[in-house]
Amino acid sequence: MIETGEIFQTLRMIQEENFDIRTITLGINLLDCSDPDAEACGRRVYDKICRTASRLVATGSEIEREFGIPIVNKRISVTPVSLMCQGDPRPIARALDRAAKEMGVNFLGGYSALMQKGATLADERLVESIPEVLSETERLCASVNVASTRAGINMNIVREMGEVIRKTAQRTADQDGLGCAKLVVFANAVEDNPFMAGAFCGVGEPECAINVGVSGPGVVKRALEKVKGQPFDVVAETVKRTAFKITRVGQLVAREASQRLGIPFGIVDLSLAPTPARGDSVAHILMEMGLEMAGAPGTTAALALLNDAVKKGGVMASNHVGGLSGAFIPVSEDIGMIESAKAGALTLEKLEAMTCVCSVGLDMIAVPGDTSAATISGIIADEAAIGMVNNKTTAVRVIPAIGKQAGDTVEFGGLLGFAPVMPVNPWRCDDFIARGGRIPAPLHSLRN
Amino acid sequence: MTKALISVTGADTTGIIARVSTKLYEMNINILDITQTILGGYFTMMMVVDLDGANRTFEEIDNAFDSVREELKMSIHLQRMDIFDAMHRV
Repeated sequence: MIETGEIFQTLRMIQEENFDIRTITLGINLLDCSDPDAEACGRRVYDKICRTASRLVATGSEIEREFGIPIVNKRISVTPVSLMCQGDPRPIARALDRAAKEMGVNFLGGYSALMQKGATLADERLVESIPEVLSETERLCASVNVASTRAGINMNIVREMGEVIRKTAQRTADQDGLGCAKLVVFANAVEDNPFMAGAFCGVGEPECAINVGVSGPGVVKRALEKVKGQPFDVVAETVKRTAFKITRVGQLVAREASQRLGIPFGIVDLSLAPTPARGDSVAHILMEMGLEMAGAPGTTAALALLNDAVKKGGVMASNHVGGLSGAFIPVSEDIGMIESAKAGALTLEKLEAMTCVCSVGLDMIAVPGDTSAATISGIIADEAAIGMVNNKTTAVRVIPAIGKQAGDTVEFGGLLGFAPVMPVNPWRCDDFIARGGRIPAPLHSLRN
Repeated sequence: MTKALISVTGADTTGIIARVSTKLYEMNINILDITQTILGGYFTMMMVVDLDGANRTFEEIDNAFDSVREELKMSIHLQRMDIFDAMHRV
């Protein structure tokens, strides 16, 4: 029998500490929708999504109500569009956006291309269309994989993505560059990620699958408040125990959703995903460990401990763990990160260091509007190198704030939050980016 | 067995258990366990019930408590027990 204290603990986690299921994401294979006629392909895509996901949102709401746990987002991820698109990808983009609206999901991911080694004609057409597509659709998310540990870094596409990000920012300048918040550049992208904007349904995935992302930075922070001043052994143990509890609920929700929808369970993503709400911040966990601000010396070590303990606690709580699994450090979506960046404690370079030890990368960072395409490409190349060499997923989601300078603020609203525009290293890398070609895959022996 | 927890919190008054259990009886829901405490006039009751024999859906049961919520001016939450088992038992 469950004890009253345990019941209170669960209720407190949900009601006061912002514990929630961040997303139930339905992955759908669209390879069978391919058609030489782009409009026909769009119709097939729309029909298949509406057929497969028709009960997703209602089922999510049912589970939410019965178990008393908020499920913040219901989302859809699809096969990377460049794999199924034989001509102009834009009609497919419009069909995907329409399907997302019809199904009532707030984001649909998979306007994607995997280009770590090179580009197909379809990849090229898709990447070229990204600025237009992201400015004209509302719920569609795009991602491009530019590097992997096995293939190295495709510097041609890294160079192009700098341009694509700038164009996307310019086309959505009236919304503070919102288009760029829906665009992720990856190294070692994963196939079963439930989190946006980088979710897509990879080629190794089944026909469809339920992937669940949990979240609970507030719960971890509150647990750590009770072990103030104690050694890191205790800190790690506390995080592990909390992550275990959070993940068990994620597993329960994933199993229920899978059963009710008759769709196989894929993975639980063990993540600490913050929101701009107070009490839902990863930065505040780091500060609870004894840092004055996120970004202070010690931040990378604190994050390494947190990230590892979350995985250790979560792994035992779920049958299948996957996705990005780790602590996220998006700047605009985390009130503690926003405050630290505003105070000047958190710099782009420190964030880059932090991405070496956590999931995922330079995320939701606003940079000055006059940041050049080459500089953005340089930032992408650095981040991709970290992912490639360390055999991990890294990503870049930066937003050039057109017409704004360091210290100004951009506002996206909702879960995407707001962010101070952060200064970028002013020294140029144009000649480096102009080279193009491929950075070879790294050697993974002789590791000293 | 589909077990659910009913948690009732608010200012203490007469007839709380009576009203909640009458409502459960009307819907053919069996009570498995009850605990209650009063802290500084603040009433908290936890009731574990079995939904298997119920003649309504989960949503209907939850909605049926709206009148009791209104009458008692108390917060009444109904949720499946699985979430507590998942979190606290290996």
